[in-house]
Amino acid sequence: MEYEVVIGMETHVELDTHSKMFCACSARFFGAEPNVNVCPVCLGMPGALPVINRRAVEFAMMVGLALNCQIARHTFWERKSYWYPDLPKGYQISQYQRPLAYDGWLDVDVRDLSTGNWSEESVRRRIRIRRAHLEEDTGKLTHVGDKSYVDYNRSGVPLLEIVTEPDIRSADEAYAYLSALQQLVRYLGVSTGDMEKGAMRCEPNMSLRPKGSAGFGVKVEIKNLNSLRAVRDAIAYEIRRQTALLERGEAVQQVTMGWDESRGVTVVQREKESAHDYRYFPEPDLPPLEIDDAWLEDVRRRVPELALARQDRYRRDFGLSAYDAVQLTSDRAIADWFEQVIAAAPAGDLRARAKAAANWIQTEVFRLMKANAIPNAEIASIKPQPQQLAELIGLVEQQVINLNTARQVFEEMFATGAAPRAIVEAKGLAQVSDVDALRQVVAEVIAAHPSQVQQYRSGQEKVFGFLVGQVMKATKGKGNAQVINRLLREALKP
Amino acid sequence: MLTVHAARERLRRREVSAVELTRAFLERIHALNPCLNAYLTVADEAALAMARDADARMARGEDTPLLGVPIAIKDVLSTRDMRTTAGSKILADYTPSWDATAVARLRALGAVFLGKLNCDEFAMGSSTENSAFGPTRNPWDETRVPGGSSGGSAAAVAADLCCAALGTDTGGSIRQPASLCGVTGLKNSYGRVSRYGLIAFASSLDTVGALTKDARDAAIMLRAMEGRDPLDSTSVEVVPIDVAALDESRDSLRGLRVGVPVEYFGSGMQPDVAQRVREAIDHLQSLGAAVREVSLPRTHLGLPVYYIIAPAEASANLARFDGVKYGLRVQGRDLIATYMETRGAGFGAEVKRRIMLGTYALSAGYYDAYYIRAQKVRTLIKRDFEQAFNQVDIIAAPVSPTTAFPLGSKTEDPIQMYLADVFTLPVSLAGICGISIPCGFDRDGLPVGLQLIGPAFGEQRVLEVAHIFQQTTDFHLQKPRLKGEP
Repeated sequence: MEYEVVIGMETHVELDTHSKMFCACSARFFGAEPNVNVCPVCLGMPGALPVINRRAVEFAMMVGLALNCQIARHTFWERKSYWYPDLPKGYQISQYQRPLAYDGWLDVDVRDLSTGNWSEESVRRRIRIRRAHLEEDTGKLTHVGDKSYVDYNRSGVPLLEIVTEPDIRSADEAYAYLSALQQLVRYLGVSTGDMEKGAMRCEPNMSLRPKGSAGFGVKVEIKNLNSLRAVRDAIAYEIRRQTALLERGEAVQQVTMGWDESRGVTVVQREKESAHDYRYFPEPDLPPLEIDDAWLEDVRRRVPELALARQDRYRRDFGLSAYDAVQLTSDRAIADWFEQVIAAAPAGDLRARAKAAANWIQTEVFRLMKANAIPNAEIASIKPQPQQLAELIGLVEQQVINLNTARQVFEEMFATGAAPRAIVEAKGLAQVSDVDALRQVVAEVIAAHPSQVQQYRSGQEKVFGFLVGQVMKATKGKGNAQVINRLLREALKP
Repeated sequence: MLTVHAARERLRRREVSAVELTRAFLERIHALNPCLNAYLTVADEAALAMARDADARMARGEDTPLLGVPIAIKDVLSTRDMRTTAGSKILADYTPSWDATAVARLRALGAVFLGKLNCDEFAMGSSTENSAFGPTRNPWDETRVPGGSSGGSAAAVAADLCCAALGTDTGGSIRQPASLCGVTGLKNSYGRVSRYGLIAFASSLDTVGALTKDARDAAIMLRAMEGRDPLDSTSVEVVPIDVAALDESRDSLRGLRVGVPVEYFGSGMQPDVAQRVREAIDHLQSLGAAVREVSLPRTHLGLPVYYIIAPAEASANLARFDGVKYGLRVQGRDLIATYMETRGAGFGAEVKRRIMLGTYALSAGYYDAYYIRAQKVRTLIKRDFEQAFNQVDIIAAPVSPTTAFPLGSKTEDPIQMYLADVFTLPVSLAGICGISIPCGFDRDGLPVGLQLIGPAFGEQRVLEVAHIFQQTTDFHLQKPRLKGEP
């Protein structure tokens, strides 16, 4: 029998606010000494009271809007009670009955990357979002020998929980959804989205059912997934494991599995447990949250055009390949920079210029940024301005310099920040297109290389490249390649 | 009997220094507290240091309504560098590193803190017998309770062991002990005084206030503590209390409409309590007030609603006492055992009872039938008051059905104990304000209190009426005869 996997995803995103969800402590806990970013509120001291972080609410609203969700105009906080040493108050302030955002979706392009090669082909899938709500993170436990230590630096960091409908149908789709979500929060600037650092944590729950049937099989939850790749590998592994069980006629147990990265297998982490009773009730320490039109519109204006929409636009308006579109939108800063290059270009063939800009960014710009250890997100900090790259592309288009020279000029721009035209003039790099002057050089090269001329005339086409190279060398690389080609062909005619 | 304003006047006239005044109070506390057990912590050193500081400020020409005035604080309010036990074994050795907002505001005005006052554990109780550190005794009769939960505060004010005391009122915890000890106790409207630093019992009901020797002191204390606090999102900005207006108010209540709720004089009332309250209402009438009956039909639902909502909130509020971060820890063989043994040893019987009640009320399958239903009835109780206040300016009623009862007489029967608050619970559920002022004595010479209830943030009028009552009566000036009085 053929089986189909049904996956729902629960993702926790840590919001990158300056302060915590309910107090003024720094929310930037990564790498800090234990228990330095703490106060009576996030330590759950007797008598301490929470105060809502407005910015965290706005970040959550932005994510909700970007996920095409409805935003609750009237919502409130609730206490979720359970015991654990990393939860200092014995309850977590969360939202249960009325999440801040609900009923949305995220469109993702799913590609078959199993061959390891890029695929221009993709399938667009819509993953429905059930809800997204705000809550506070817990502290962190460390176990050493028979002792346990707790660090409350993370306690109270704003956390957005995003829950999908069970719309995901493969490991690749799960991968595509999570990378799209990661990209989304980064585009919005509301989270680092770093899975390795725990800023984005996901727990897929999955079940198998006979393909074509409508019911749900036994649900298995997977935890301990610290990278996008781990998510894909763990789901793929679970699909194989559960398929094998079902094919042997055995039942899948409802358990929580943990992903063992080093062995590449899932292991049972927790047997089925009785349902927790969290005893939710409205948080009496906080007033309800009212979101009026003005606030919502103000936040809506801060949501930028997202990656997928840009990819579609680049392909439609600029004729870029899917590959180029994906690369250029991988990071919002890159996409913004790319669009500034296009915007600065003089009137002309938009598509040609976009293609040229796309090539420049993916080759020279990326190469030099990498060599100088500048991350993609910081492209705005490089010395050449997007307008200057547009100018450089114009110089090549107008045949003022050739492509090789342009690369040298760009290195200079990258090093000094000088304008391309200034570099070309200062170093006398403008290409020689003077036909008479070049004809003179061509004649000299032919005279100096009789045997190669002989070879060419006897049909060895390869030698032509050598002769072009000699002319170029004689012009110190500044010769107009097209003119040289034409003149050399003419001169070599028997 | 030294009031805050009288103390301030004597300090201002240099008749006495803050240090002298503080020493006198400390001496009196050391003589009388062993019997009364009103103070859990007497902070001799800290108090004298604060007094010296106050004298220095006065020498520099500073003047505030509380500068150099010795007061004391109920032990559920956080005090920096002063042990804060909440009357519980689980916090027996807990000293906060910060002041509650109400405390901080008093400290900034230069008040002197004599120490911390006994109370029922986590403010749960009506007799102060639920304190882990022994009951407080009523200064009018040492075999009787002072009421609760702010019993230490009421006893300290009645026995003149401080000029005024901070208390908290969740269901009657300021008004009922004030009534039983014959002092003045104002329960403020919810949100008027910040709860930041108050060890929470029931967050939607808890209020911070003062027990004082008269209404003018109540106004002075409220003026010092009230107002929006950015650290408490449920606190509100209010028109400040005008203390001077109290003195300007004439000795007449002409034009004042006073409502008497019929439901507050039913069976179960001690006859002479009802009698004294009716006489007090007659007195209001003789001062020109127009008295009429009003109805608060859901009065009988106050107690059941309160004992759903307050324990529900308490069950979550007290979850933090788990032995992990502060307070008592009884190490068990594993985490769950440590939790259970810590809480088993740290909490008293009444606290455990309420945690269980609240946990049950919030459990899946019971939540709608109990918690949600209770919230709906709470809204109806609030509406009862709103409708009454459409007809009258103020409501006059008893505070508690009885005067101070003998120690141990109700400890075995929680329902009987809960009934002591039957007339104070509805006001708390409605979030409005009420004051208890002395209005006479029963046949055993025990004080009886009159409750004057106002709408939300109606403290100014409530205080003015209480002040006029006190200007024309002397019940609040009566003093208990104390054994061993120096």
